[in-house]
Amino acid sequence: MSRVGDLLHPKDDTQSWKGRYAHYDLVKEASIAVGVVTLLAILLAVLLSSPDDKPSTIAQWSREMPVNFTAAAAKELAGTSGTAGYGPPYNHNGEGQHAAFLYPQKWLGVSHPINTANDFVIDPLKTVPNDPALASAISQYQAAPEKTQKAWGEAYAKPLEEYETALEEKKTPPKAVGLDPSTGAVTVQASGAGPIPTMMSGLLALAKSGGLDGSLLTSKQFFQTDYTKPLLFMADGGLLAERAEGQHLLGGQWGMMNETGSYPGQPWLWLYALWYQVEPFKSSANADILVMLVMGVLSLAFICIPLIPGINALPRKIPIYKLIWKEHYRETRSSA
Amino acid sequence: MSAAPPKPQRPSSWTVRVREAGVAALPPEKLLPDGQPTYVASWIYVFGVASIASLVVIITSGSILALKGPAWWHYTGVGHFFNSIHMWSVELFFFVMVVHLWGKYWMAAWRGGRTKVWITGAVTFLVAVPTALTGYVSQQNFDAQWISTQAKDGLNSVGVGAFFNVTNFGQMYSYHVLLLPLAVVGLVTAHVLLVRTHGVVPPFELDKRAVALPAAAAKADGSTAAPAGGAQS
Repeated sequence: MSRVGDLLHPKDDTQSWKGRYAHYDLVKEASIAVGVVTLLAILLAVLLSSPDDKPSTIAQWSREMPVNFTAAAAKELAGTSGTAGYGPPYNHNGEGQHAAFLYPQKWLGVSHPINTANDFVIDPLKTVPNDPALASAISQYQAAPEKTQKAWGEAYAKPLEEYETALEEKKTPPKAVGLDPSTGAVTVQASGAGPIPTMMSGLLALAKSGGLDGSLLTSKQFFQTDYTKPLLFMADGGLLAERAEGQHLLGGQWGMMNETGSYPGQPWLWLYALWYQVEPFKSSANADILVMLVMGVLSLAFICIPLIPGINALPRKIPIYKLIWKEHYRETRSSA
Repeated sequence: MSAAPPKPQRPSSWTVRVREAGVAALPPEKLLPDGQPTYVASWIYVFGVASIASLVVIITSGSILALKGPAWWHYTGVGHFFNSIHMWSVELFFFVMVVHLWGKYWMAAWRGGRTKVWITGAVTFLVAVPTALTGYVSQQNFDAQWISTQAKDGLNSVGVGAFFNVTNFGQMYSYHVLLLPLAVVGLVTAHVLLVRTHGVVPPFELDKRAVALPAAAAKADGSTAAPAGGAQS
């Protein structure tokens, strides 16, 4: 058979071992291995510990970055935030990602419904007691036609966006947005914003008190373990990303395979994270599905290595096995 | 003239049949052998048992953390210590498992009817990845917040997010402490039983060399031709 033929269709001439056996204590070896790994893990735990950076809260976000919080909340109300336009599994406002004719995100549908205006803004505001002005503002907003709501939302969001952009570009922020450093109150001079300034002030006050954290978590029942709403709301803002950037956790910094501090994180995700660093994935709007499909194909190939021509013949061609079975071959040569 | 002895009746019990089939497939001396072929003499072989040892440490430390609940390790020194052991044993597990997999690749360890051995090992690695991920998103700290909000996009994009929600702590914790570890342990058990059934893969060109060796030869160092459990296919 030719060299190429050898590579594509390796002959499996492996036979049962008919040679000698050495004494071997399986249980003893396993016990020693458990002991050694235990000691190693204890040693690493004592010397290096493990990371445990406190989680962020919406209260913390609204106190430390009140303008950023207000801008994000305004987008949630106007339906222009990342979550609002995400599509499945949260809402029908987008198709989600796709690859060629594959639309799995759309096909699987909305399983965790989120209406950002109602769930993140209006419903929590309705829990605020004894505030007639706020109650009136909510009623006015809900009674208005959708077109008017949109116009109010855009009028309010525009100066906030300009403020955020100026901060990012390290320029002097516009005076239309005011921040009182002593109280953390945010004032937005926006004509034509209707009741939104009152609603946003109310939401900021609720968030600072910690009430919004609880309000987003509590829905149908007393005991809650689903943090989808508060996490998505926070992810639409800047606090998580700011902390992540400081810890080298952003997508362009090899993302979630890293961990806070100098801990190893999940290095086994290196190949998954790698694709996000290179084109065409890096700049694609469908990067997630493309990377997942590539990893799916590679994972299947990994499982099927024994059956893949060429890949299954390489071990025979590259004689690393001679290193592994060095003793065996040496012994065999001396016996022959 | 005496009558012929009665034929022993084959028991019809399902239990007996399962037991007999089990013992026939993997007799005790093959399951727990006291001998290995002489070619099993390299440091690379340590990484298989080291993977299992790491898994034992992961499960033990994880069980202690589970006994005290998910918040315990955040507010006690002892809890944090066990969390550190848990984390580092996971890092060790993946490290030794990757070395083990590379070693087995360069041995072409699927030869001689051992394809299933490779497949169970590879699937174990792939299932171990979400097992670790669910641990990272169940930590209830900033890492959990960030990793879950990042991981959701990949999972949502292929539709998995519809039934596997990484921002739902309750669901992720259930997966992490029960469902996925059960899958990993099941796969590792199948993998080990397959290794015991088929034996450790022989070196390349074994046929010529094995024939050259006298089967009954015994070495001064105690190696034998076929110890109990040593007859491996």
